[in-house]
This record gives sequence, structure tokens and C-alpha cells, in this order.
Amino acid sequence: MKIDAGGVHYKQLNEKIREMVKKGEKWFDLVNINGQRYIGAGLVGELIIEIEGVPGNDLACFMDGPEIIVKDNAQDGVCNTMNDGKVVIHGDAGDVLGYGMRGGRLYVKGDVGYRVGIHMKAYNEKVPTIVIGGCARDFLGEYMAGGNIIVLNMDNKADPVGNFVGTGMHGGNIFVRETVKEYQIGKEVGMEEMSKSDRIFLKSVLEDYGRYFNPEISARELSKENYTKLYPKTKRPYGNLYAY
Amino acid sequence: MQKITGGKDISGCAVSGILNTNGKKIDGRYIIRSIANMHDRSNGLGGGFAAYGIYPSYKEYYAFHLMFDDSYARERCEEFLDKNFLIEREGDIPTRKTVIQNPPILRRYFVEPREEKLDKSSEDDFVIREVMKINSDIEGSYVLSSGKNMAAFKAVGFPEDVGNFYRLEEYKAETWIAHGRFPTNTPGWWGGAHPFALLDYSIVHNGEISSYGINKRYLEMFGYRCTLLTDTEVMAYLFDLLVRRHKLPMKIACKAFAPPFWDEIDRMPEKEKKVMKTIRTVYGSCLVNGPFSIILGFKNGMLALNDRIKLRPLIAATKKDFLMVSSEEAGIREICKEPDKIWSPKAGEPVIGLIGKGVVEEG
Repeated sequence: MKIDAGGVHYKQLNEKIREMVKKGEKWFDLVNINGQRYIGAGLVGELIIEIEGVPGNDLACFMDGPEIIVKDNAQDGVCNTMNDGKVVIHGDAGDVLGYGMRGGRLYVKGDVGYRVGIHMKAYNEKVPTIVIGGCARDFLGEYMAGGNIIVLNMDNKADPVGNFVGTGMHGGNIFVRETVKEYQIGKEVGMEEMSKSDRIFLKSVLEDYGRYFNPEISARELSKENYTKLYPKTKRPYGNLYAY
Repeated sequence: MQKITGGKDISGCAVSGILNTNGKKIDGRYIIRSIANMHDRSNGLGGGFAAYGIYPSYKEYYAFHLMFDDSYARERCEEFLDKNFLIEREGDIPTRKTVIQNPPILRRYFVEPREEKLDKSSEDDFVIREVMKINSDIEGSYVLSSGKNMAAFKAVGFPEDVGNFYRLEEYKAETWIAHGRFPTNTPGWWGGAHPFALLDYSIVHNGEISSYGINKRYLEMFGYRCTLLTDTEVMAYLFDLLVRRHKLPMKIACKAFAPPFWDEIDRMPEKEKKVMKTIRTVYGSCLVNGPFSIILGFKNGMLALNDRIKLRPLIAATKKDFLMVSSEEAGIREICKEPDKIWSPKAGEPVIGLIGKGVVEEG
């Protein structure tokens, strides 16, 4: 169903969506969105939410299954503690994306801000993935405990990531299409060549990216290029901190 | 003055600013719409605006916006003003009846310093001294703003209600800045609402300044007195000290407030390294620690700045000759559906727009 959200407060909007989900609605087309927070929060199951306009903070927080497509930019806190589902953003997105994210996927076509993927985590089959088409700023993957972050650097910038990348990282992987300098990463982080299975995973991610945002790109060619793989040197970087 | 401490609420302040780099003026409805979009970031304990270019017929005079707790405070303050200034014109600040509760006495005075009182100091320095005296020595009197051809309008309330209360649609300005407040550590009261203004500088702030004590003591050495019970005040005075009095370029002053880390400085080219080292050494006490995004209004432009590790939100956009900055992109898109350019400035890098020069720093 289509909902005109122009001037509607987030509480009313989200109540309406939840009410219609209860009645069995599976598809939402939200138009004239501008800054409404918590869209998709805690929603469960197979739903599709398309958004025209800029959704507010904490889009898809605690979400468990639905797919959200944003045809514009997004703000801060997308996929906060998301458990499952997919969020596709056709523009740039803000800071603290995927905070504590524990499953599902986030695809951003353009650039993202600071602290993206902070404290993402994984367990068994629950492996969250964040795909960034452009660049990311400082503190990418800070305290990262699991999952994958991929920075595709489609604009071919010299420094697609900022500083303090992976500070406190103790799980998961970060892949960056460019050389990452030693001073840009946290002391808990190591750099290595990608494995064959990494390349296969990367190719699948690139195929998704192409399908959502740019059918012109060749996933095959792009997956062969120079990537830096960042991994945590230890699972418990502070294991001895309080041990005497 | 009644000081309200609110209960816990999930919020964060909101800031917004609009500048026309050709000096074209727009009325207050746009900035109200922008800040109202971010209503949920504030909690009704403070809202305010600053506007530049609104008093063209009195642009030679310092426009004092004053707030009095009672008529006794007003009498004492007017006596003080009369002794030190020639008052060209005075009157009530126009307001209308709205949901805004218990307003103090709100008056404006267009003044110039009495020449015999200046005593070798510049007019600006004299005005600052007198403003500090009013704020700290005349009980129940507070200067909301003291610049030329500009003013601050603030109150306890949500910003859109404050804008309506002050009838901002009747003013036309080339720069507007706005604030919706969520006080965290200090009371919500009329004087504590943003912007904080001194001479032509006005500032709105989202965040908290944990270096307040260091900054305050440093400023006190130069005659500034912090009396308004909130951290943001120091930012207004720091800009006045570094930019107006010490004549640092704005961009360099920002480097004192949000300096690069020492290891970053080590990696810089020799010349830049020397400059940054010098700034950090000389102006160490001006480092503003803690999370912040601020917007500064001044006579011929607007500046926006984040703390150096980007702990508060800030978005900038341009449309033709307009520069807009806001806590959230939605605050910009509310008044400009399709900006020519929209971007997130880097942590610690100022966005600066100047009238007649355009956007000179993108952050």
C-alpha cells in the first residue's frame, strides 16, 4: 500500500505501518518521507518497504527480516542492532550505520560517515554484511566482533577509508578496494592478501551491488582488483588487561 | 528567573543555519520550518534564533536585546545603559501570545558608547566590557545579543513556538541560525537557550564541552565572564578572542578548537606541521574537548564545525547562492527539496560561507 507521509510524525507513521502489517499487508510505498525516525523498527517477516525521500535516524533498527529500499540518501544509525533483512540505499548515508548489527545486509550506493559497523557481531549462520559503494570516514568497524564490511571505492579515491579503522576489532573482516596505510588502522588489526574464498564472496557482493545500483559494472573484473583485507589479530585483544 | 530542570528524555539538540552568500534576505519562516522538522531532537526547554541584517535603519548602532526578570532589574539596567551609552531608540521586542510561558521583560535598545566613557578602548571592547558587567553585576538583567544590525531571539520552549512568539516572519535576514535545545547538564532557562551572542558573533551548539573549565579560566584572563550557566557560552567568547581580537583567520581558529591529533601533525608537510604545532602550543587552552557541532553566525557569513572525531551530526548543502547547514539532512530538505550539492563536512574541518565570496571552505 502507498502511504503519503508528508508532514506525518514518525509515531503515527510507524503505528500505521505496524497496524497494516498485522492485517497482512506485505508491501509499502512510503512517499514524501522527510526525517521520520525508526521506520521499519522491529518489524518481522517478509515485507518490502520502499521509501521516497530521506528517512530519519535509526532506519531498520531491530528489524528482523524485511527489505527496505531507500531511493535517496539516508541519515544516521541505519540498521542499528538489526537482526535480519536487507536495506538498500540509493544515495549516501550518515554515521554509525550497522551499530551492533547481528545479521542481514546493508548496501549503500555512495559514501558513508563515521563509525560505520561499530560493534557488528556474528554467530554461526548469522553473519551481517555492510557494503559501501563509495568511501567511509574514521572509525570504520570500531570494536567489530563479527561480520563483513566491504568498501568498494567506486569513485577510485586514494583514501577510501579514514583513520582508526578497526580499532578494538576482535572479529569479522573488512575489505577495502585500495591500499590501506599502516597508520590508518587500529593496533588490533592485521592486513593480509585475500584468499580464494574471499574473492568468491567479494564477487557475489559486487554482483548484488551491480544489480541494485549499476548494471554496467563487471563484478568479475572488479573482484580481481587490489583489495586490502583487514582482520583482527586476536579474538581477545584485551584478555590480559585486568589479569594479574 | 525560573530555571527548569527537565526529566530524562531521548533527545539531542538540533541546529540549523541558512546564509545567502549574495546578501539577499529571506524572512524567518524558512529557518523555523527547518528547525521544526527536527522537533524531536529538542524537549521544549529552549529554542532560539539569530538573524543578521534585520535592522538596516539602525545599522550604525549596537542593537542590545535585553531580558529582565522584573521592572527593578530593568530600572537599574536602564540607568546603567544611560550612563554609558547614548540610546538612539528603544522599545519592547515585538512578541505575540503563544504557548510560550512566563516571558521576562524583553526590550531592545539601539545604542552607541558615550565617547567620554571609551577611555582609549575600542568601541567593541568597551561594549563587551559593559555586556559582561550587565550579565554579572546587575541582578536579573541579561544581554541576549549586542551586535550591530543583528539580534538573538530565544526562550524556553520548542524552537518553532519561539519563532512564532517573536514574530520572526516579520524579519528579513541574510543569515539565520537556529537551535532546539535538549539541556543535559544545566537548567533550561531563558538566558541559557541558544544562540549565545556577543557583538556580531552568535553561536548555536549541539553537544557538550567537557573542557568548559579550562576554556572558562583561559577566557577570564582576557576579561570575559561566563555567567549564563551553560558550556556553549565559551565558544562565542573564544571566537571573539581569537578572530576579532587576535585576528586569526577563522579556519585557523577552528584548528585551535578542534586540532588534529599529534600523530596526524607528525605526518604533515614541514610548513603545515609548524603551523599546527604552534597553534596547539599557543592555544592549548582553547581546545574544545567533547562532542559538538556548532553553527556560528557573524556579520558577513556563517561557519559550521564539528569536534575532531565527529561525535555530533552535521550536514551542509548549497542551492544557488544559499548555504544551508543542519543537524539532519531532513532539516535541509524540508526547505530545499533538491539542493545543488549536499555533503557531510569532515570532523574538525569548518564549512565557511561569506557574503560576496560564496562558500570558501567546504569542511
